[in-house]
Amino acid sequence: MPRELLKGNEAMAEAAIRAGLEAYFGYPITPQTEILEHFSKRLPELGRAFVQAESEVAAINMIYGAACTGARVMGSSSSPGVSLMMEGISYIAGTEIPAVLINVMRGGPGLGNIAPAQGDYFQAVYGGGHGDYPRIVLAPSTVQEAIDLTVLSFDLAEKYRTVVILIADGSIGQMMEPAELPEMRPVKRVDWPWATNGAIGRERRILSSIYIDPNEEEVTNLRLFERWKEIQKNEVRYKEYYCDDADFVVVGFGTAGRVALSSVRAARQQGIKVGLLRPVSVSPFPFQALDELSKRVQAFLVVEMNMGQMLNDVMMATKGRVPVEFHGRPGGVVPFPDEILAEIRRVATTKLTVAPDPRHAWYDRMMEMMK
Amino acid sequence: MVALVKPENLVYSRPQAFTEFPTHYCPGCTHGVAHRLIAEVLDEMAITERTIGVAPVGCSVFAYNYFDCDFVEAAHGRAPAMATGIKRVLPERIVFTYQGDGDLASIGMAEIMHAAARGENITVVFINNAIYGMTGGQMAPTTLPGMKTTSSPLGRDVETQGFPIRMAEILSNMDGAGYIVRRSLHDPKNIRMAKKAIRIAFETQARGLGFSMVELLSTCPTNWGISPLESLAWVEEHMVPAYPLGDYKVAEGVAGIK
Repeated sequence: MPRELLKGNEAMAEAAIRAGLEAYFGYPITPQTEILEHFSKRLPELGRAFVQAESEVAAINMIYGAACTGARVMGSSSSPGVSLMMEGISYIAGTEIPAVLINVMRGGPGLGNIAPAQGDYFQAVYGGGHGDYPRIVLAPSTVQEAIDLTVLSFDLAEKYRTVVILIADGSIGQMMEPAELPEMRPVKRVDWPWATNGAIGRERRILSSIYIDPNEEEVTNLRLFERWKEIQKNEVRYKEYYCDDADFVVVGFGTAGRVALSSVRAARQQGIKVGLLRPVSVSPFPFQALDELSKRVQAFLVVEMNMGQMLNDVMMATKGRVPVEFHGRPGGVVPFPDEILAEIRRVATTKLTVAPDPRHAWYDRMMEMMK
Repeated sequence: MVALVKPENLVYSRPQAFTEFPTHYCPGCTHGVAHRLIAEVLDEMAITERTIGVAPVGCSVFAYNYFDCDFVEAAHGRAPAMATGIKRVLPERIVFTYQGDGDLASIGMAEIMHAAARGENITVVFINNAIYGMTGGQMAPTTLPGMKTTSSPLGRDVETQGFPIRMAEILSNMDGAGYIVRRSLHDPKNIRMAKKAIRIAFETQARGLGFSMVELLSTCPTNWGISPLESLAWVEEHMVPAYPLGDYKVAEGVAGIK
């Protein structure tokens, strides 16, 4: 397919359609609304289902219902709306059915703002709905990657019968850049052995997340973990840049990782041996890759557009072997390459120690910077 | 058991659409009656195989155990949304929800209103027994003024706890609704009328005539604290005056269904 100038939100929506999406249910919220709008035009003309729901709560439960039939189905929202969807996500996970959700993240907490942010990492990776459940979380850094990961999401969701969440920073949804869409694939409804699509000529099926006997629920939790182990084994995705000979490694996902790449290149030109590890799957997280790196680099610098969330995972992965420094811009602020370059220079030229919580020193630097 | 009785002598048997799952409902509860009426309608219309049910949260959370068709279990109040999702991708299937008053008229108010407003081609069976059964007898949105529950121990005080909600009347105002009626399960005559209404509601869906709901006045002897017989009388004396029985919306195309 030719490369086109595509807006992230529309590109993700069109990619989903070409991956055989059968139904979409959503609710308007900035900065993801173009996804909803694109589907409202395209799905009816293709004879597929589109409903603008009365709320994100209703939307996720429509997704839940449609997913139970075995259809390829997805939803999208932005941070406050995704909070409303958490009930349904837990039910979908507990029912062990596939569904795809895109969160075009904005500044928070609360109503926050509509600027790009990464404050929903904890919610997507660890938190959100009640109970223990695995979930795959992917973080694109370009429009092209957003397209590719959208297509991949459906395959992963169906393979592991789980929820796949794409966390795209508002900037990924809103910006336009050249990208290539996949070819149109026909809708292929699979008659999954679990789907409640009408018991014609077969035994009836029940899809439920209720296990009233605690022993059965315990077994269910353990079964979900079995699946999670498979996901951890097979689905870790990340990109390494200039890491082979690096003394220092920057870690950032999505937009923060993309901006950091510019900084890393600039630092290399200045002779600093720095690399970048950009997690693409933040759940499962590339623990092993970071563990390996921590045995041969002098320090890490974690860059995020939040108060330091993925930072916890990096610290867990690197086991305190070397210092992990943090630079964050929360609330909808996107860091500039120059400011990350300055942080790289600081990390490369300062004697650092392993701190129990690198956020404290970062906070002091932020206060100094804001004077 | 059926084999022991000659077909010409058989006056009552388990509907085909029922499984043999033993009931979990309390003695005297009318959920069993409502379930049976639905099963009989599924049999009569020969639609069990292509029907997908949506169970609610509440006493009927286990409704899926009793029907021999595919079933899903919704979150509290979200059954109409879940049914929407199913029906939109499988428009040839018959999709129904079974919901209590807390589920439908409280936590699920937005979902039921908008499903009706969209004219979602689903059928809703709404059990109104004026109380939360599963959690042990708390005030419901349909609890009558002055009625004692565990969360209105002095009786529902409308000054502070608001007024009962009449769902059939409200939903009948929705242009997307094809068939909205209220029936009662307190005596055989009314049960027969309820059965007819459930049949018309499913026929409404089968013919693509829009959203259909049958509200059924029902009992909860356990949480009302009276006997099953007294409960039936209580429905007639107290609930029927507060929730008048009748047809609230019968769309043009539905009126011809016999």
